[in-house]
Amino acid sequence: MNRIASAFDHGKAFLAFLTCGDPDLETTAAAVRAAVRNGADLIELGIPFSDPTAEGPVIQGANLRALRQGTTTDQVFALVRQLRQDVQIPMVFMTYANVVFSYGAERFISTCQQIGIDGLILPDLPFEEKEEFGPLCRQYGVSLISLIAPTSEKRIAKIAKEAEGFLYIVSSLGVTGERQEIQTDLSSMVEVVRQNTDIPCAIGFGISTPEQARQMAALSDGAIVGSAIVRLLEQYGADAPAHIGGYVRSMKDALRAL
Amino acid sequence: MRNPNGRFGEHGGQYIPETLMNAVIELEEAYNRLKDEPEFNRELSQLFNEYAGRPSRLYYAEKMTRDLGGARVYLKREDLNHTGAHKINNVLGQALLAKRMGKTRLIAETGAGQHGVATATAAALMDMECVVFMGEEDTRRQALNVYRMRLLGARVVPVTSGTATLKDAVSEAMREWTSRIADTHYCLGSVMGPHPFPTIVRDFQAVISKEIKAQLLEREGKLPDAVLACVGGGSNAIGSFYHFIQDKTVRLIGCEAAGRGVDTYETAATINTGRLGIFHGMKSYFCQDQFGQIAPVYSISAGLDYPGVGPEHAWLHDTGRAEYVPVTDQEAVEAFEYLSRTEGIIPAIESAHAVAYARQLASTMDPEQILVVTISGRGDKDCAAIARYRGEDLYE
Repeated sequence: MNRIASAFDHGKAFLAFLTCGDPDLETTAAAVRAAVRNGADLIELGIPFSDPTAEGPVIQGANLRALRQGTTTDQVFALVRQLRQDVQIPMVFMTYANVVFSYGAERFISTCQQIGIDGLILPDLPFEEKEEFGPLCRQYGVSLISLIAPTSEKRIAKIAKEAEGFLYIVSSLGVTGERQEIQTDLSSMVEVVRQNTDIPCAIGFGISTPEQARQMAALSDGAIVGSAIVRLLEQYGADAPAHIGGYVRSMKDALRAL
Repeated sequence: MRNPNGRFGEHGGQYIPETLMNAVIELEEAYNRLKDEPEFNRELSQLFNEYAGRPSRLYYAEKMTRDLGGARVYLKREDLNHTGAHKINNVLGQALLAKRMGKTRLIAETGAGQHGVATATAAALMDMECVVFMGEEDTRRQALNVYRMRLLGARVVPVTSGTATLKDAVSEAMREWTSRIADTHYCLGSVMGPHPFPTIVRDFQAVISKEIKAQLLEREGKLPDAVLACVGGGSNAIGSFYHFIQDKTVRLIGCEAAGRGVDTYETAATINTGRLGIFHGMKSYFCQDQFGQIAPVYSISAGLDYPGVGPEHAWLHDTGRAEYVPVTDQEAVEAFEYLSRTEGIIPAIESAHAVAYARQLASTMDPEQILVVTISGRGDKDCAAIARYRGEDLYE
């Protein structure tokens, strides 16, 4: 069984994102472990990219800090190897198409399989371009995660039909980052998803509070949080893991009630 | 199969967030519907002729020809267009298209400021709201253009992310577009980005080569032997090349900004120093490091200071149909001064890159041969920066 499915096995899932190497890889490792201990069901590891066009200021800042620190794709692979010694939950990479392409797609994706990365989220690889990496991902058993946006409309059905791993539902227009309010009619989007696929779907973009996570997970199979976690890393640096642990616990607790 | 949409060989495509996919599909449908519609073309021709001042002159540079002692040199005077550069061709087309699509707001990126000024101009003319994203570094280098945009009613947003230059302005404009699509058209300034932009921008700029061909046939009764243009993203170059691509006897030469040299890191010569990658919606050549991080490129010219190149140029390079040569800051500055003194024409520092290579090439050609250089813009905006390069501060 694909490990990603197991993230959705015990109630509504909490999916945590952070950028590798911000402020350094040791802190990333400690933050991942803190999130896992406190109930995270899946970890999205961001491989930093110089020009993250889908990110808001918070995650842009994390990418910049990680690159200034000298973080490379090879170092991120080494981090995952080390994490996989004790981390059992699914882990996926989130990065940009050029990071995969320039490394050599086959070299990158086969390494994902070797080190225990279960999926790949590439915000600049829409449905029309997914065959850029799709065949290699299938060959090496790495799920290429599809995204659905508030503007997807008639595209939702065809994207859902071919989706793998889980479906990432983008809650709002614009880039990543915390939002006061999420206004998209997400329940209708999820309804179309359900009609077209059995794989789970989780909602991300703009979620930071337990109440928002609860609302979003009530509509779907889980909530994805990035910027709020990255903000803790920005604020507390090497001391962030303890704060992240507490934060993840509060978020997962909010989901347990569902 | 890989998406065949908007491919030039393996280059091009639509590598953008899902949020923008319907917007580019809608744009493509609207463009395909309108591009052959007589009323749309009549309106566009009228704007080109009455407003932008087309056709632009094809000027025989007699003194330059005599001085270089080789090919007959013609200058395609896009600098004489309204707003002072070729950018207006594309902008009038896209603004008209956006208007027909019911959009009320234009957003744009700009490097040197020429595309921003052109977009602000079209927005003023067509009663549209306009927001221009410009790297903070470039707002300093091109302060006059910032003022021009504001004067025309646009809001200029200085971009501080990344290297605070053209690539970051593109990224920020893309981010803005994902947050507001319904009423907003992203008026992309070059033959780059996701399909259909490279095709749409090329089609609107192709008027340049269409005119060169007709003007030269009338005057010389033959085709040119070489056409030269500067290449950043590559819109004036593709415009200058397009109607000659099938004429295999015509050499097509794109002049890239080598900055301090192609053997340094301070360069923007993408085809000469970059490698294949995926960025800003397209597969093409990019200046990048071994892990695919986009390089902080450099050129004295804010308009050529971009780490990528349009996908059709990447393909023309692959097939060998066009040649791409590097030209350094130093060579461009010398050409800027040379054309000013020789012909009394102050070219944009971007265009001066093409003039620089023309100086080398013309003398190796025969007097019966013809060389056309596109002067993509006027150089007034660059005077302060060139003076500074020569150690003179105009504002002291």
